[in-house]
Amino acid sequence: MLSVIIFLPLAASALLALVPRIAGPVARWLWLAVAAVEVVLVAVVWAGRPTGGGLGFEERVPWIPGVGVGYHVGVDGLSLPLLALTAVIFLACAVYAFRDHDRPRTQSALFLFLQGTCLGLFAAQDLIVFFVFFDLSIVGMYFAIARWGHGDAARSAFKFFLYTFLGSLSLLAGFIGLYVASSPHTFDMVELTAAAPLSLSPVAGGFVLAAILLGLAIKTPTIPFHTWLPPAHTDAPAIGSAVLAGVLLKMGTYGFVRIAMPMLPGSWRDWAVPIIVVGVVSVLYGALVALGQSNLKRMIAYTSVNHMGYIVLAVGIAGLIGSSDAVAREVAVTGAVTQMVSHGLITGALFLLAGVLHERRDSYDLDGYGGLAGSAPRLATLFSVGAFASLGLPGFVSFIAEFQIFTGSIAVAPVTAIALLGILITAALFLRAVQRLFGGPLRGRSVGFVDLRAHETLSTGVLLALAVVLGVLPRPLLDVIEPAARTVVSLVSR
Amino acid sequence: MEMDPGALLPELVLLVGALAVLLTGSFLPRRRLGWTRIGTVAVLGVAAVAAALAYAEPARAVFDGTYTVDAATGGARLIAVVGTALVVLLAGDELAGQPRQAEICCLLLLATLGTVVMAGAADLLIVVTGFLLASIPLYALIGLSQTAGAAEATMKTYFFGSLFGIVLLAGVTVLYGVGSSTTYVELQGSLPTAPGGAVVFGTVAVIGGLMFKAGGVPGHFWVPDATQGAGAYAAAYLTSIPKIGALIAAYRLVLVLPAESQAPLFVGLLALVSMTLGNLAAFAQDDPRRLLGWSTVSQVGYLLVAVAVAGQSDLALPGLLVYLAGYVVTNVTAFAVVAAVPGRRALTDYAGLFRSQPWLAAALLVSLLGLVGTPPTAVFVGKLAVGTAAWDGGAPWLTVALLANSVLSLFYYLRWIAPMVRLAPPVTEVKAWGSRSALAGAALSLAVGILAAGPWWLFGGGSG
Repeated sequence: MLSVIIFLPLAASALLALVPRIAGPVARWLWLAVAAVEVVLVAVVWAGRPTGGGLGFEERVPWIPGVGVGYHVGVDGLSLPLLALTAVIFLACAVYAFRDHDRPRTQSALFLFLQGTCLGLFAAQDLIVFFVFFDLSIVGMYFAIARWGHGDAARSAFKFFLYTFLGSLSLLAGFIGLYVASSPHTFDMVELTAAAPLSLSPVAGGFVLAAILLGLAIKTPTIPFHTWLPPAHTDAPAIGSAVLAGVLLKMGTYGFVRIAMPMLPGSWRDWAVPIIVVGVVSVLYGALVALGQSNLKRMIAYTSVNHMGYIVLAVGIAGLIGSSDAVAREVAVTGAVTQMVSHGLITGALFLLAGVLHERRDSYDLDGYGGLAGSAPRLATLFSVGAFASLGLPGFVSFIAEFQIFTGSIAVAPVTAIALLGILITAALFLRAVQRLFGGPLRGRSVGFVDLRAHETLSTGVLLALAVVLGVLPRPLLDVIEPAARTVVSLVSR
Repeated sequence: MEMDPGALLPELVLLVGALAVLLTGSFLPRRRLGWTRIGTVAVLGVAAVAAALAYAEPARAVFDGTYTVDAATGGARLIAVVGTALVVLLAGDELAGQPRQAEICCLLLLATLGTVVMAGAADLLIVVTGFLLASIPLYALIGLSQTAGAAEATMKTYFFGSLFGIVLLAGVTVLYGVGSSTTYVELQGSLPTAPGGAVVFGTVAVIGGLMFKAGGVPGHFWVPDATQGAGAYAAAYLTSIPKIGALIAAYRLVLVLPAESQAPLFVGLLALVSMTLGNLAAFAQDDPRRLLGWSTVSQVGYLLVAVAVAGQSDLALPGLLVYLAGYVVTNVTAFAVVAAVPGRRALTDYAGLFRSQPWLAAALLVSLLGLVGTPPTAVFVGKLAVGTAAWDGGAPWLTVALLANSVLSLFYYLRWIAPMVRLAPPVTEVKAWGSRSALAGAALSLAVGILAAGPWWLFGGGSG
């Protein structure tokens, strides 16, 4: 079942890439159909998930037996929300790009390829399978930016590739370290989690964790490894940005809870304080820099640094086991995973909406617009909803996530309350952006602006609607995440 | 003394085949000379079958312990033969209509035989024989290229070849002097008690001499000039096939030498310098052939990592063989693309390739990303195995160096990939054989990468 989910988009992608005679509209329909089927398949997996602990829908085939690599996939409460998020975001992108005429066949092929790699990564239960999909997603995103981007796209794509590739090889170094330390040698995540091979050698464990953390921190990204993100987002096409922010960044944060914490618990605890500091600094720095942007996409990109900072803070908190309460740490980790979903939905929608500005007027400059609510009321409504969601207003899933993160963090380490300032600054910057874009008299590029078309409304509306539904009725999501968060916290406390 | 010519069947096939191709060529009319290429591929096919059959047999030493038939030799035979076949295919465009086709094919077969002999040698003098057999045809191959830079490239290759040949012989002489034998079995017994300084000198000279064939530091100077000056097929050949023999010979030697020789450390340093220098020098190149010439220097560095941990990790030999197989296929693919669009001598000339020649561009993409070490290509499996072997064998610094250098290398491979996606006037003139062999190579590279279990079984534990 999982293999079908992973390889269906890859197969469709190969078909589209290799048959040049497929017409543009057919390609769009095929992409849409596959993306819709994927959502249904993931929903089936969601419905049939194992209720106890452990992995569901597990599949295992030896791949490179000599080095202990196997094709091993499975789902649990950590991967399932992200698989669902991936399926939903790619469906939204397929809808959004439905009327795009820029090389539709190859674009559909590329995004189907990206979808397959993202799903494969979140389902992977073997470090090398994880790495393979991690690397392939980088290659795919490189071409998405280089071929469909605008502005200085070639340069941004180059920077993105080089930076994240450095991260991926750092990850690989860490993985090899884990392999060498394990006995019998294996790359299997389940076995490595059970064995936690480096718990008795703090020095080697520290180096391996440092390598893995560097890789994940670049991908997430956290301060000071975030510099590839703003140019990549600014020059990427709208759907590229949505996928990059919505799904690809989650690979970094997912790596924390899936690999770094359970496999290197001792080192994680030793490094908890620096990780928390990096998280808090990312929160504040991201928010402050976002406040200073006049380019809408750059601004949203920096809020991503801020939002990812909350996650890093929460997973760092899970390593502070001194005198603290396990329940508080569980709440923080649950919040972190919820935040991954929340950020994916909301920021994905915001980037798609920002893409509309570029598509109509070729500019993201906040000062070039004004009074846009008059000419484009639907855009104004959806963007405002997205902005409020992003700043964590109650009623949205982001509130649930950030509330849990702060409840857990402040209970464990009260000093982290300083990160609350981040929420305040984000609120200010989103309100200001909404005001500059939509408020005031109609002027500049807003004059004659064509409002959202059906496919644009539908794609972004669905994402934001989900953010509201999960904000009001979070139980279905939390019921999946909570047991997994409990497992992670107990694994870190070993 | 065991005289069993049957154990050398693949080698004999290559030798007899080379002579047969040469003789046939001298009787065929000029317009029928194309048949010699088909004949060469047939000879390689027979040799591949013979090599595959020999795989099933247990490892043994033959001819008085001077030659070993084991997994390493078997792997070298298969990789060299399949790689040479790919080279002959991609040479189709350049050789068609040439009066010297038969001679060139004969030289290719002889040089391949030399590489296999080096790989199987368990005696220093056999290594020297293989070295000469692999080198001399190479000078002629480069010289026979009908290109402007061929003469200079031949001179340079010949000069360095003679120099390093002498160094190699000097090392062999010293090791023979202090170890009173040239066969590995006896050296293993006598070298530990021999004077340390002489052993170190011999080690450095022999391994340094082999680096000429491998194209690694310090024997790398001729490589970029030769790849740039020679024809595409000759460049593809000289950057990939001779490595097989030289590296496996170095691997066997490291296993034999006593700890006092410091061979692992020396090879590790060579690896580090080779990969770093190759990558840094490739940064500024604008001619794809020269870029590939420097890239091969860096790839030798990665391969030497496996040699440096010979005997220290169970993964060293399978890693070396899988990496060699992946690299040969991937590198030949890159040169096949170069051969398919012969007029394009600058990286920016590849602009528009994706739009007008998607298949060829995809092959080049697979090959370049493969050289970077991106999954799921064949080189990735090799790189993973070699990196793991280094850490496992107590040299994590080599793992880190290997991965850090892979990041460096991405920089210049991307300089080649980036123009391909740019919009530009379509590339219409494409040579048939170049693009066919590029597609075959890319498919093979992906197949090896995805179905990694197969080659792993072959090179890891297939022969007992």
